[in-house]
Amino acid sequence: MARTAPSRAQVAPVQRVAPWRDVRMRGIAAQVVTVGAVATVVIYCAHNAIVNLEQRGIATGFAFLRREAAFEISSTLIEYSPASTYGRALVVGILNTLLVSFLGIVLTTIFGTLLGIARLSSNWLVQRVTGGYIEIMRNTPLLLQLIVWWDLLRVSAPLPREAFKPLPGVFISNRGLNLPIPVWQPIYLWMIAVLLAGAIATAVVAHRMHRRQELTGKQFPLVWTGVALILGPPLLLFLLAGAPLELDVPVLQGFNFVGGESVTPEFAALLFGLVAYTSAFAAEIVRSGILSVSKGQTEAASALGLRPSWTLRLVVLPQAVRVIVPPMTSEYLSLTKNSSLAVYIGFPDFVSIANTEANQTGQVVEVIAILMAVYLTISLTISVLMNFYNRYVALVER
Amino acid sequence: MTRFSMLRFGIAACALTAVVWSAPASAGPTLDKIKANGVVTCGVNTGLAGFGMPDKQGNYTGLDVDICRALAAAVLGDATKVKYVPTTAQQRFPALQSGEVDVLARNTTWTLLRDTDLGFNFAPVTYYDGQGFMVAKKLGIKSAKELNGATVCVQPGTTTELNLADYFRTNKMTFKPLVIEKLDEVENAFFAGRCDAYTTDRSGLAATRVSKAPNPDDYVILPEVISKEPLAPAVRHGDDEWFDIVKWVVFAMFDAEEKGVTQKNVDEMLKSDDPEIKRMLGVTAGMGKALHLDDKWAYNIIKQVGNYGECFDRNVGKDSPLKLDRGLNALWTNEGLMYGAPIR
Repeated sequence: MARTAPSRAQVAPVQRVAPWRDVRMRGIAAQVVTVGAVATVVIYCAHNAIVNLEQRGIATGFAFLRREAAFEISSTLIEYSPASTYGRALVVGILNTLLVSFLGIVLTTIFGTLLGIARLSSNWLVQRVTGGYIEIMRNTPLLLQLIVWWDLLRVSAPLPREAFKPLPGVFISNRGLNLPIPVWQPIYLWMIAVLLAGAIATAVVAHRMHRRQELTGKQFPLVWTGVALILGPPLLLFLLAGAPLELDVPVLQGFNFVGGESVTPEFAALLFGLVAYTSAFAAEIVRSGILSVSKGQTEAASALGLRPSWTLRLVVLPQAVRVIVPPMTSEYLSLTKNSSLAVYIGFPDFVSIANTEANQTGQVVEVIAILMAVYLTISLTISVLMNFYNRYVALVER
Repeated sequence: MTRFSMLRFGIAACALTAVVWSAPASAGPTLDKIKANGVVTCGVNTGLAGFGMPDKQGNYTGLDVDICRALAAAVLGDATKVKYVPTTAQQRFPALQSGEVDVLARNTTWTLLRDTDLGFNFAPVTYYDGQGFMVAKKLGIKSAKELNGATVCVQPGTTTELNLADYFRTNKMTFKPLVIEKLDEVENAFFAGRCDAYTTDRSGLAATRVSKAPNPDDYVILPEVISKEPLAPAVRHGDDEWFDIVKWVVFAMFDAEEKGVTQKNVDEMLKSDDPEIKRMLGVTAGMGKALHLDDKWAYNIIKQVGNYGECFDRNVGKDSPLKLDRGLNALWTNEGLMYGAPIR
């Protein structure tokens, strides 16, 4: 006789339970009550705020974003004048914050990695000096460090009329670093397009050559090929077009330099201060990542005859990256938010401009809401990107 | 849970929601709060010589500070019962809007948007000022119209910032602003040479030059006055009683100077036959009560703080390091603009 699985009718009958004794229903009810309580608190606070604002005759709403700003901003990445709107001023601030954050993150990663590796060096002096640097930077307040950087850059540089001239057209004064920049030519657009094409081509070649190396062991001079592919064609295009290069050189006119590109001491102080501070934390994260790779890996690699630099690059760092990425994400977010300290040293970042607008229009609640929304967006974007990378390097276990 | 306890829970939840929806919390009348706490909370400057500045022991002095003290003398009978809240240019308006301070006496310009959008009422002007520029003498500049392309130090969130942009736009000049929130840092940046010019109210320029410049004679205030800056104490919308009190405290100080009542002679003036003085000092009852204050409100002000002229001379005038002229700030009887409404 074939064995059959017990049919449903032979299983013990389901007990009918009253709704308030049913565990699932109780769970749902608890969630509804909690959500209701939170919603009540939020609605109460919003209602309270709106009633109070109306009672005191304070304007509400976001219409102020279309009004004329009437104040000037010193460093802008896009066109801006006092006749522009408040909304545009906020956009200028967001771009400034993004610029500082992006450069800060890139420089912190580079500098922090180098510092972390140096801290593990077998050279006693290098190890101690980096250790001392890291301890000082981590244990003093960031605002204090920013002020020190700003004072150094401000006080040590001369007035524009007596500026340093290390190279023709380059001026260093207490108004900042003034550089000549090339004037935009139409051919530059083609050069950028060709450069991007070269980058994609390099990526494809790299992928192919790695596969070939895994299969046959033959190596390929990827670095030189990459340089040639990326830089060669744009340079060729430039020369073929007759090398059109027109420099916009800064010239001292009256009080300040006119023309060229300038890097203000405020921007430089903010960037250097943030990078110096955050890279100390990043160095410790990198060091912990490298130390997390078991020593057996390093020993096996050197037993196989790999040079120490190759061991670091090919064996240790790829495994260390898994440990490094999550805390590094926190450091990136921390750097982005710390850039709001720019308001103290006079760099017009997003918080500084939003503060000015809150003051001029009196609509503090709306401006703070915008502030929080923008920072939330930037931070979540950084987190999402880093999480993609994290999953890409994660160990895929069987 | 039994059916009955669920019902009770439901009723309690509904009752809580009803209560919560009905009455939003809002600040009660300011005068009651001050009398209950026994102190007037006053928003002042973080450190502007002559208007609101702490000395080494942390005691505040200045023209705006004297207005705060006059309020405390009028309401609580004791000019020392003031809590000073130092505010930067950016913090001052949220501090007043939120109720953190009762009155803002912080060299704040009376403008339309501040009167309406920000929800403030302005008491009578205590100092008529105008915006100007200060530059180092060695730049050789004689007029503000020569400042094309200059870097100008300015505080954010002020009318100064807006007037500066307007002035340069009107005169078709360009400039680079250096915007720093803390007054100390702005002054340091200017005296370190980071910016070519410093702009704020001319009284502020004089105060900064006297108190912070390494050598005051190396700096010159340019002759152009590019805006009107009527500086007045501010209170919130929605409290007429408190607005009246602040208004009449200021008027009392003007009227006292007009009638010649000073800190020294106020006790003798109690015996005066002048009906205006009798009403002002509370010999004739009724004025204080109408303001919901003690009838000796104006007497306390003059005895403990002084009349407007004495406050002016002591803080920004001839008895102070700033040595500013009365100018527009003299009484209307002396070709100035200070005019107190009659106390009757």
